[in-house]
Amino acid sequence: MPDANPTLRPPDGVPFLQIRKLVKDFGGHRAVDDVSIDIARGEIFALLGSSGCGKTTLLRMLAGFETPSAGSIVLDGRDLAGMAPYESPMNMMFQSYALFPHMTVWDNVAFGPRRSGLPSAEVAERVDAMLRLVQLSAYARRKPHQLSGGQQQRVALARSLAKKPQLLLLDEPLGALDKKLREETQIELVNIIEEVGVTCVMVTHDQEEAMTMASRIAVMSEGRFLQVGRPSEIYETPANRFVADFIGNVNLMDGTLTADASDHLLVRCADVTHRIAKRDAQPGADGSPSGTVGQAVSVALRPEKIRISRDAPQVLDDEPAGDFNRVRGTVKDMSYFGSYTVYHLQLASGLALKISASNTERHRAQPIDWGDTAWASWSPHAQVVLNA
Amino acid sequence: MSAPSSSSKGSGHGRLAVIGIPYFWLLVFFLLPFLIVMKISVSEMDEVTFRDILSFDQGRPVLALRFDNYLTLLRDDLYLLTYLASLKYAAVTTLLCLAIGYPFAYFMARARSTLQPALLMLVMLPFWTSFLLRVYAWKALLTEHGWAADAIRAIGLDRLLFRANLIPGPEQLMNTPFSLVLGMTYTYLPFMILPLYSNLSKMDLRLLEAAADLGATAWIAFWKITVPLSKAGIVAGSMLVFIPCVGEYVIPELLGGPQTQMIGRTLWDEFFSNNDWPMAATVAVAMVLLIIVPLALFNKVEAETLEARR
Repeated sequence: MPDANPTLRPPDGVPFLQIRKLVKDFGGHRAVDDVSIDIARGEIFALLGSSGCGKTTLLRMLAGFETPSAGSIVLDGRDLAGMAPYESPMNMMFQSYALFPHMTVWDNVAFGPRRSGLPSAEVAERVDAMLRLVQLSAYARRKPHQLSGGQQQRVALARSLAKKPQLLLLDEPLGALDKKLREETQIELVNIIEEVGVTCVMVTHDQEEAMTMASRIAVMSEGRFLQVGRPSEIYETPANRFVADFIGNVNLMDGTLTADASDHLLVRCADVTHRIAKRDAQPGADGSPSGTVGQAVSVALRPEKIRISRDAPQVLDDEPAGDFNRVRGTVKDMSYFGSYTVYHLQLASGLALKISASNTERHRAQPIDWGDTAWASWSPHAQVVLNA
Repeated sequence: MSAPSSSSKGSGHGRLAVIGIPYFWLLVFFLLPFLIVMKISVSEMDEVTFRDILSFDQGRPVLALRFDNYLTLLRDDLYLLTYLASLKYAAVTTLLCLAIGYPFAYFMARARSTLQPALLMLVMLPFWTSFLLRVYAWKALLTEHGWAADAIRAIGLDRLLFRANLIPGPEQLMNTPFSLVLGMTYTYLPFMILPLYSNLSKMDLRLLEAAADLGATAWIAFWKITVPLSKAGIVAGSMLVFIPCVGEYVIPELLGGPQTQMIGRTLWDEFFSNNDWPMAATVAVAMVLLIIVPLALFNKVEAETLEARR
């Protein structure tokens, strides 16, 4: 099966930021490897990957802190490659903020506008407007160390927006906040960015942050884009094993393609035969999958798309008869998370199938417990076929 | 927080020792001698000894305090002028050390991390030779055919110094304000560099990136971010240079001239030439007060701003 091409075009509108064949070498190490992407005006675009994947280097090239080894960055028709940071029409919100510790909140926010040589009345007006936007007017005279983490984050945002940048760069914007505050701040941050209407490129290693905030996500590994798409596309139709595994939880099963019919595929794995409805089997980029019968493939199946039951599952009306998409195993492990429970079902081959079950009722009539034998089953619309 | 306090209670004796030993040291070797010097400064002088300030006349204690010396100090401009000269040379030396030391410390702190220990070593290397020897070396270097004197003449610096009234004639470098300040700057430069280096090397360089991102050129970022953030290092270095310079005796004695009477030399003369110990003690007390009072005020202001920032 051919690799799905990353979606290069923005979902709508003309490209505002065009990155073409961008490369960055550090000595012998290629940190960013031939990256091209178009980003539309008003988008919040997330670069998602684990540390060392090149996402920060890419962001630093956009900000002008690193000079690209090759390629171009064009923002609204202007080539930015190699432009000094103090000249570039973008501003960055730094990881853990880099607020100036010796200046008040007000002076921190005013630092950018003052450098543009605006008259002081205009600087004051803009700083006051920014502080109102992030609801910190009352804290204008404080120093950064007198603020909480969330307030510092808002000062950093106000400071990076105060010069009215054409492009806002966010480096791990919420990385320094604790989990509960992070969730609240995600929404707040998106609201402010949308209110200002600035186009935004963010870097994060936190997939939830990327999913909730971004309009599109690029999953990066080893300096390359593995997949670019809306959060739901990345999650539901991952382009390859890495993306499937990196985003959320997944069960990956290796098997052989045994049938390629007009509306479905059959993949024989060690424990189970998968019947996969064709329109859902593969990411939309290159249409329906077609493979050679006998080819080795992987089937990706998300834990929440599997039902677990004590008894053999009933074959539903809209599902074809036959022994597909169900398997029996022993509950080896169980983790209770409150709103859902994750079961690890040990199959005959030794594979532990992860199943996530919503706890829709407070008590189950017949709870499934450690050591129980249980059935796992799923619909033919649940899986994705990937290259092995 | 009960856990840390209970553990600190357990090591109470250790804490007492850690705090107590330096205090004890200061008490025995600073406060007591200072009190003795103060006592001498208000004592009556006999032939070669001074009288006790407290005597007993038929069982009644008699306190004999003489404040004449302090009055002399105020009346005779010699003392006032030498104090002012000391402050002036110390201030000039401090500024020169700052002007030379800051760029040095800055580039040392920004040098490759593998290079930094070597650079630090170079700064401290002069300490391995006797201070006296090094000052004597300058004497040789600055006399008529010394290397430094030849070099200064070769580039015409001596004429510039003469025009600035720092040397009495174009070829006379030794025993001038110039040689004095040169010697003090040379000697005290490491005391400026080390605290500045320690401060600058700890600076968060992302702040400079943030400044650049917001439109500041490297020059503006330096003045708006680096310099204000290194204030503590500047203050510490300046104190370490200024305070010993005010009371410096050896360098003015060896490199200074008749023009450059500093308080250290006046002190020496009172003790050993005039043999007037009470007067010498008075000069010493005045010098300590002159340095300590502004410093204490400065520290108080600093502490208050620190407190206000909390």
